Amino acid sequence: MKFSLGKWLLPLYTVLALIFLMVPIVYTFVFSFNDSLKSNITWRGFTFDKWLNVCQVQNGAVCEAFGNSILIGVVATVAATTLGTMIAIALVRYRFRFRSQTSLLLFLPMATPEVVLGAGLAAQFLSVGVPKDMFTIILAHTMFCISFVVVTVKARVASLDPALEEAGRDLYGSATQVFARITFPLLLPGILAAALLSFALSFDDFIITNFNSGAVTTFPKYIYVSAARGIPAEANVIASAVFIFALAIVVTTQVSRAARAKRLAKQG
Amino acid sequence: MAFAAFSAGTTAPEAAPRRKSPIALLLLLPGILYLVLFFLAPLVSLLLTSFQAPSGFGDVGQYGYAFRWENYVEVIAAYWPHIMRSFGYALIATILALVFSYPLAYFIGVKARNWPLLQSLLLVLVIAPFFISFLLRTLAWKQLLSDESFVITSLKALSLLAPDAHFTGTPFAVIFGLTYNFIPFMTLPLYTTLERLDLRFLEAGSDLYAHPFDVFRKITIPLSMPGIVAGTLLTFIPAAGDYINASRDFLGGPDTQMIGNVIEANFLVLQNYPAAAALSIILMSVILVIVSVYVKRAGTEELL
Repeated sequence: MKFSLGKWLLPLYTVLALIFLMVPIVYTFVFSFNDSLKSNITWRGFTFDKWLNVCQVQNGAVCEAFGNSILIGVVATVAATTLGTMIAIALVRYRFRFRSQTSLLLFLPMATPEVVLGAGLAAQFLSVGVPKDMFTIILAHTMFCISFVVVTVKARVASLDPALEEAGRDLYGSATQVFARITFPLLLPGILAAALLSFALSFDDFIITNFNSGAVTTFPKYIYVSAARGIPAEANVIASAVFIFALAIVVTTQVSRAARAKRLAKQG
Repeated sequence: MAFAAFSAGTTAPEAAPRRKSPIALLLLLPGILYLVLFFLAPLVSLLLTSFQAPSGFGDVGQYGYAFRWENYVEVIAAYWPHIMRSFGYALIATILALVFSYPLAYFIGVKARNWPLLQSLLLVLVIAPFFISFLLRTLAWKQLLSDESFVITSLKALSLLAPDAHFTGTPFAVIFGLTYNFIPFMTLPLYTTLERLDLRFLEAGSDLYAHPFDVFRKITIPLSMPGIVAGTLLTFIPAAGDYINASRDFLGGPDTQMIGNVIEANFLVLQNYPAAAALSIILMSVILVIVSVYVKRAGTEELL
C-alpha cells in the first residue's frame, strides 16, 4: 500500500500543480463571456456579445491598444531578430577580441530588473530631450529582445554541421549563395523561434513600456490604467484570443516536431 | 530557449575552429552599438541622474547635474522598509517557487521521459501562463481571492479564516502573486537539467544501500544544481524589481509597496528623477553582486 501511494504521489502532485497554474487562465477565459456592464468582476450571465463586438467598448480603446501592441511587437521583433541573429552567427563562427566583454554586454540586459531598464532609458530620453511616443517604446523593446534572440539563435548556429556549407563551397557556390541556400534555411527554425519569443516578450511587456510610452497606450498599459476602475470584458476577449492563438502555434510546432522525430526514427 | 542562458555548463562543446575575419566585426557592430546606445548609455544616464540636484528655480521635475551623493542617504532613509521588503518578498517567493517547481520539473524531466509527447504537452502547460497577459492573470487572482470571493467566504464559513481577515492587500497576497507569476521561470531551467539527469547515478546510490532520501539529497540535488541556480536567479531578479503584484490596484496594499513601486511613483508621478535613479542604482547593484557571484561560478562564456 505504501509503495503504490508513493508511486502515485508525484503524478497526482503534477496534475494538481498544473491545475493551479491554469486557474487564472480559465478565469480570464470564462469572464470573457460575462454579460458585464462597466467592470467585469461579478458574473452576470453568459453572452457571446463581447467576442462579437470587441472594438465597440470605450470607442475602441481596447482595440487601439491592442493594435499598438501588435505594431510595436512586429517592428521590435524584426529589428531585434536581425541584430541578434547577426551577433549569434559572429559569436559561434568567428574569433575576435573583447569576446568575454561582448558576452557580458549581451547577458547583462537579461539580468537587469525591468524597472531599472525602463527608468534608465527614460532618464536618457529625458536628458537628451526625446519626447516619449511609439518610437521610444520600439527602441526599448528592441533593446531587451536582442539578448534573448542571441541566446536562441546561437544554439541553432552551434548545432549546424559545417560540412554542409563546405559541400556548398566545394560545388563552387559563392559566399552569398552558400549563405542564402544553405546557412539561412538551416538557421530558419532557430530564427523563427527567436522571433516568436521576441514578439511574446514585447507584447506582454508592461514595466519598461510604462516608463517610455508617454501618452501611447499598449494592451498591458491599458489594463494597468483601467485596473482601478474595472476592466471591460473585451480585454479578456483579446487576452483569451491571443492565448488560444499562441497555444495553437506552440502545439502545432511540438506535434510536427514529434512527427518528424518519429519519421526519422522509422527511417533509422 | 533563453532559459538555457542560465543553466550553464550543459552546452555542447563547440566544434569547428573559429576563424578571424572582418566579417565578424560587420556582424557584431550594429547590435553591439545598439546595446551600447540603449542599454549601457541609459545606465550611465541613470547613474548621473542619481546625483542630480534640484535646479535653482525650484520647479518640480527640474534638475541639474551635480554630485549630490546625499540623494542616496535620503532615499535609503526614506525607503529602507521598501528596499528590505523587496528583497524579502523576492527571496520568499523564490524559495516557494523552488519548492513548488522541483517535484513538477522532476516528474516532467525524469518520470515522463519515456513518453515524449506527454512530456512536451506538460511543458506547454507549464509555460501556458506566459501566453495570457501578466496583468490579467494577476487581476484574476485578485478577484478570485477578494473578500467577497467564493474562496475567501468559504474559508471564513469553515472558520479556517477569521471573519474580519483579508487576503488581498496583505504581504501574503503579494508573495503569492510573485510566486505564481514566476513559477515557469523556475520550472523550465530545473526541467532542463533534470531532463539530462543520468539515472544510473541514482541506481548506484540505492545499490549501495542509501536511503531514498539520502540519494535525493546527495545525488539528485547536487546534479541538478545548475538548474537550481538558474531558476533562482530567473525568479529572484524579476521578483525583486516587480511592482505589479505589490501595486494597490493588483494584489498589494499601502503596506506592501516594493522598491519598484517607489521607483515608478518617484519617476512617473512625483517627477523626483534623482530619487528614482538612486533607488534603481541600489537595486541594480544588489542584483549585480548576486549575478557576479554566479558569473564567478560559471564564467562569462557560458552565460549565453
